[in-house]
Amino acid sequence: MELLDKLTILTDAAKYDAACTSSGARRHHREGMIGSTSSSIAGCCHTFSADGRCVTLLKVLLSNDCCYECKYCVNRRSNDVKRVSFTPRELAELTIGFYRRNYIEGLFLSSAVLGSPDHTTELMIRALSILRNEYRFNGYIHAKTIPGASPELVTQLGLLADRLSVNIELPSEASLKRLAPNKTRGAILAPMRQIRDQAAESKAELVRYRSAPRFAPAGQSTQLIVGATGESDRHILSLTESLYDRYRLKRVFYSAYVPVVENTLLPSLDTKPPLLREHRLYQADWLLRFYGFRAEELLDEAQPDFDPLLDPKCCWALRHPEFFPVEANRSDYESLLRVPGVGVVSARRILVARRAGPLHADDLRKLGVVMKRAQYFLTCGGRLATPLRLSPAGVAANLMAVERAALPPPAFEQLSLFDRAG
Amino acid sequence: MAWREIIYQYDGSFDGLLCCIYESYTQKERPTAILCGGDAEPNLFEIRTVPTVREHAGRVERSLRAVSNEVVPFLRRAFLTDLPDRELAIYRFVVRLYREGAPYLSRLSDDAYQPLLRAVRRLSTEVEHLRGFIRFSVFDGMLGTEIEPKNRVLPLLRAHFCDRCYNETFFIYDRTHREALLYSGGRSRIVPLEDFEMAPPDEEEASYRRLWKRFYDTVAIRERENPRLRMSNMPKRYWRTMTEFQPDAGTQPAALSAATPADGQARGAPDATPAPVKRQEPARSATASGT
Repeated sequence: MELLDKLTILTDAAKYDAACTSSGARRHHREGMIGSTSSSIAGCCHTFSADGRCVTLLKVLLSNDCCYECKYCVNRRSNDVKRVSFTPRELAELTIGFYRRNYIEGLFLSSAVLGSPDHTTELMIRALSILRNEYRFNGYIHAKTIPGASPELVTQLGLLADRLSVNIELPSEASLKRLAPNKTRGAILAPMRQIRDQAAESKAELVRYRSAPRFAPAGQSTQLIVGATGESDRHILSLTESLYDRYRLKRVFYSAYVPVVENTLLPSLDTKPPLLREHRLYQADWLLRFYGFRAEELLDEAQPDFDPLLDPKCCWALRHPEFFPVEANRSDYESLLRVPGVGVVSARRILVARRAGPLHADDLRKLGVVMKRAQYFLTCGGRLATPLRLSPAGVAANLMAVERAALPPPAFEQLSLFDRAG
Repeated sequence: MAWREIIYQYDGSFDGLLCCIYESYTQKERPTAILCGGDAEPNLFEIRTVPTVREHAGRVERSLRAVSNEVVPFLRRAFLTDLPDRELAIYRFVVRLYREGAPYLSRLSDDAYQPLLRAVRRLSTEVEHLRGFIRFSVFDGMLGTEIEPKNRVLPLLRAHFCDRCYNETFFIYDRTHREALLYSGGRSRIVPLEDFEMAPPDEEEASYRRLWKRFYDTVAIRERENPRLRMSNMPKRYWRTMTEFQPDAGTQPAALSAATPADGQARGAPDATPAPVKRQEPARSATASGT
């Protein structure tokens, strides 16, 4: 089969994986090797596909010849699709060819389960070590760990890759049992724990010996499918929080479920992917990682799902009138971060700028604060930025109007349906 | 203070601009415009050509460093931006800085400071974008590309690409500012270059372009299509020089060089034509399999 067709099939099968980052590893050039890992902290986006997502890595499967029967997956055993595999050399040449032309930052290698998890992992290790050692590739590699692979093989994989990931996919044990009968919670969490521990060990080693081998220097990530099963946003967000806290994950990705398979256990094929819900989860994810929020502050039993009309931070602010207004000239960084319309960057700028003198509403705008959100919650020198006194309901209505402009029109059709159902 | 009003003309270098600042303070003059040599048209104001003297520039630089170490690197970046009248904007900033000292550096919303900050931010964004969006072509083992940036990005792209392509030989041609970054054997140079035309791709290059285009088209999830998001993440002005947006994969990626030789077209065409037809098949069968 021609390489072009293989690439098409194996890309098509890999594209539902949301993770595509090249951040977290800094490795400069080396004599006789090709490439380095990105010099910027946030990684490097090489292009954006038609769906608006960043493409930074060559994201392919090593093979789509799967022996598992996960109901939601295009590659499941019983599905009638063409089965192909890359040879390690094809994959290495493709990666190098793309990398040299600055198309990509590196390789994202995943695979269907060929025979057994161990066998698959061995094939991946072979492909990656040819790429690293024979083709002298020094760029970024993200490798997917196959649930159920033996710990020794995960170790080898981690020494070749910059980042490892184990996909949880379904946010609860019950859903896993129903839709992915060959995977178990234990088989997913065991490698996560192992990666966490070995990465920490490797870091400690590196402090003592500069040339100690690096195990997954860019850490690990995972992915959750949103909308294939009935878990609430609250369930997903608390799971996320515990993954960040207990497993030291760098990122948790959410993937709005795109129905590719007809199955009575799954949403019907004409269901639109819940993109707005995914968006809200990402917003909340950022609040957890950079804004000092906790999952239980954002959602509770009375309110297990995010409001489609308003972002999580605004919702929190409206529920906590006692916290506001926040004084821009005196409040600490943590309080400023809780104001809707103030982000990490603008909060830092406020801290710098107010050293030189008192700030007014006009200055805040210039510092990058989004005043159409922040005006109801911020004071400058004791004066609220908006001359209007609004009732909480009025503030909520105004914020929703601001938000509406930011949402794409198709989301609205989805919203009205959602409202009627609930 | 009744300072004289005058127009300065300088040689277009950063040191030259520092000399204008020196001139203004030693002569007690306030420039109403600072022009790069050749831009000046005769008008009511007096025009003076300020010579670039290393000592004068060095003195201004030291005085700025005395305020803070961050000032000179910041101004060097500001000097690379496409801000209209950036010389005068930099001059005004320096005047305020001398008057108010280091505390001025935290007045981020000041009218003489904020435009520079914003311009530098735009410059950094463009550099960040181009790190990813540059597409090299391989000619006889050498890498080369053309870009059309708004700001003068080459000095800032230098470190990144010299690290990434350490063992390669490459060039990046900036068509807007007519200069090129050349790198070979661990050494890099930025040289002015009036005109330049890319060679047509050879067979291997054309095949990698086809593969990349196919990958790009396949990796998008059709159910999530979102042109607005794509455009805000990757403004359209970059598309002209990106392989994945060229009409067919065999042709020149830089649409800039309109004069692609006829044989380049002829070689690209027969390979590229069947590609779009073939592309549809696997994509359709993948979705059809679900129904």
